[in-house]
Amino acid sequence: MTRFFDSDIFYAFRTSPVAIVSALVTAILVLSAVFAPLIAPTNPFDPASLNLMNGFTRPMEPNAFTGETFLLGTDDQGRDVFSTILYGLRISLFVGVSAVLFAMVLGIFLGLLSGYVGGWTETIIMRAADVQLTFPSILVAMLIFGVAKGVTPVEYRDQMAIWVLILAIGLSDWVQFARVVRGATLVEKSKDYVAAARLIGRSPLRIMLRHILPNVLSPVLVIATISLALAIIAEATLSFLGVGAPATQPSLGTLIRIGQGFLFSGEWWILFFPACTLLALALAVNLLGDWLRDALNPRLR
Amino acid sequence: MLSFIVKRVGQSVLVLLITGLVAFSMFTFVGDPIDNMLGQERTIEDVERLREQLGLDKPFVVQYYRFLEQAVQGNFGVSYRQGRPVAEILLERAPATLELAAVSGIFAILMGIALGVFTAIRRNGFAANLIMSASLIGVSLPTFLIGILLIYLFSVELGWLPSFGRGDTVDLGGWTTGFLTASGLKALILPSITLGLYQMTLIMRLVRSEMLEVLRQDYIRFAKARGLSDRVINFRHALKNTMVPVITVIGLQLGSIIAFAIITETVFQWPGVGLLFINAIQFVDIPVMAAYLMLISVMFVAINLLVDILYAFIDPRLRVAA
Repeated sequence: MTRFFDSDIFYAFRTSPVAIVSALVTAILVLSAVFAPLIAPTNPFDPASLNLMNGFTRPMEPNAFTGETFLLGTDDQGRDVFSTILYGLRISLFVGVSAVLFAMVLGIFLGLLSGYVGGWTETIIMRAADVQLTFPSILVAMLIFGVAKGVTPVEYRDQMAIWVLILAIGLSDWVQFARVVRGATLVEKSKDYVAAARLIGRSPLRIMLRHILPNVLSPVLVIATISLALAIIAEATLSFLGVGAPATQPSLGTLIRIGQGFLFSGEWWILFFPACTLLALALAVNLLGDWLRDALNPRLR
Repeated sequence: MLSFIVKRVGQSVLVLLITGLVAFSMFTFVGDPIDNMLGQERTIEDVERLREQLGLDKPFVVQYYRFLEQAVQGNFGVSYRQGRPVAEILLERAPATLELAAVSGIFAILMGIALGVFTAIRRNGFAANLIMSASLIGVSLPTFLIGILLIYLFSVELGWLPSFGRGDTVDLGGWTTGFLTASGLKALILPSITLGLYQMTLIMRLVRSEMLEVLRQDYIRFAKARGLSDRVINFRHALKNTMVPVITVIGLQLGSIIAFAIITETVFQWPGVGLLFINAIQFVDIPVMAAYLMLISVMFVAINLLVDILYAFIDPRLRVAA
C-alpha cells in the first residue's frame, strides 16, 4: 500500500485537480448506483409503492392531491424521479462496465493470439478488425442488437435486452483492445524472457497469459477507461433510440427517452435530471481516462 | 500505381462480400421465411413447395450467390412490416436523409473552417479560448442530448423553429425536397446543427492545429517581411496550405454523417433512411435491416477506397507501403 502512495501515478493524481474532482464524481455516482436500494426513497419498480395521484409532482413542491414532496419530482405514473435515476444509473453502469469487460477480454485474447501466433490467425483476426473499424461502432452495436433481438424468442426479449445490449456494445468495441495488445505483444515477443520461457518448454498459452499479458496491461487500462465513457454513451444512445434497455428496466437513456415526451407539456424535470446525471457520469469518466492516459504516458507531458 | 489500385479494389470487394454474407445470414438464421410467408393453415406439401420455389433447399453457397445476384440489382425483397419492396421504401426515404446530410455537411465545413481560422489567429484571445472550451464540452455531449437541448431552447421556449418532421415538401419527380418551401427550410435548421456539430468541432480543431503549424513556417515570416496584409497572409498563404489533411478528414467523415443521421432523425422524427432503420430494428424487419447494412457498407467502402486512391496520387510513398 505504501508503494502505491509513493508511486508516480498517485503523485500525478494528487497534483491534478481535474483528476481528483472527476474521480470523486465517478465514485459518488458508482456508490449511489451500488447502494441504490438503500438510498432511494421508494422502489420505482414495486407497483405497490406507486400512487398515480402523485403523477407530475414538481421538484421540491408538495403534490396538490396527496401533499407528498419529492426531491426531483415525479413522472407521469407518480414514480419518484430521484429513485428512478438511482436505479437507472445502476443499469447504465452495469451495462457499460460489463460491455467493456467483455470487449477487453475478447480483445486481449485475440490481440495476444494474433501477435504471438502470427500467420493466418493474425491475418484473419486483423482483417476482421479492419472491416469492423470501417463502420462507426454505434452502427455495429445497433446491427448486433437487431440480429440478437431477432434470434431471441419474443417472450424473452425484454428480459434478455440488457444482456443483448452488453453483447452488442462489447462486440462493437473489441478492435481497439486487440490492436493495442497485438502491437505490444509483437514487441514483447522478441525479448529474451519470452525466448527463455520457450526454452524451458512452457506452452504457448502459458507464455501468452503468464509472461506477455502482464507486460502489455498498462495501455489496456487506459483504453478500458476511455471505452467505459464511450460504452456508457453508446448504451444511453441505444436506449434513447428505443433499441436498448426496455421500459421495464430503464437505464438513464430510457429515462431520457421517456422524459422527452413530456418536454412540450412543461414537465422538464422528468428529462432534465436523468440527462444531467448521464452527462456528469460520461464527463467524469472521460476526463479520468484522459488524465490516466497522460499519467501513464510520460512522453506526452 | 495500377497494381495498387487493383489490390485496393480487390480488398474493397472482399469487404463487401463479407458484409453481404452477414446480411444474408440475417435472413437465414433469424426466423424462418416460410413462417413469415405462410399463415397458420398450411400443409407440409405447401411448405415443401414454397421451400423449393424460393430455392431454400439449395446449398448455402448457391443461396448466397443468388442473394448477391439480387442485391446487386437492388432487390432486397419485401419489408416484413410494410409489405412493400424494400428498394421502393429506401428510395422514397433517401431524399430526406441526403438533404439533411448535405446541409449539415456544409454547415460543419463552413463553420468549422471559419472558427478554426479564428481560434488560430486569435490564439490567446478570450473569445477563442471560450470557443475551444465549449468545443470540449460539445464533443463529450451525446448527440441526442444536443438535439433535445436545441428543441427545448428553440421550439419549446422560444417557439421559433419546428421540433419534428420536414415541414412542407415539394415533389420533383420522385425526389421530395424541403429546400423550396419556407417551412421546409426552417425544419432543416435544428436537425442539421445537431448532426453537424460533432463534425464541425472536429474540423475546427484540425484547422486550428494545422494553422498554428503553418503560421510558424518561414514563408509566413517572409510574407510578413514583404509587408503583406494580415488578411492576405492568413487566407491566401496559410489557410490554403492547411487544406490537404482537412479535405481527407471531411471525406472520411461523410460516411459518419449519414450513419449518425440515425440518431438525429430519431430525435427530430425526420422521415429519412435512419429512422426507417431504427424502426426496422425495433420490429425485427430483417429485409430492411439487411438492405440498410448493404447500402451503408457500399458507401463506407467506396469513400475509403476513394480517399486511399487520392492519397496514393498525392503521396507516392504509400503506393509501395500498401
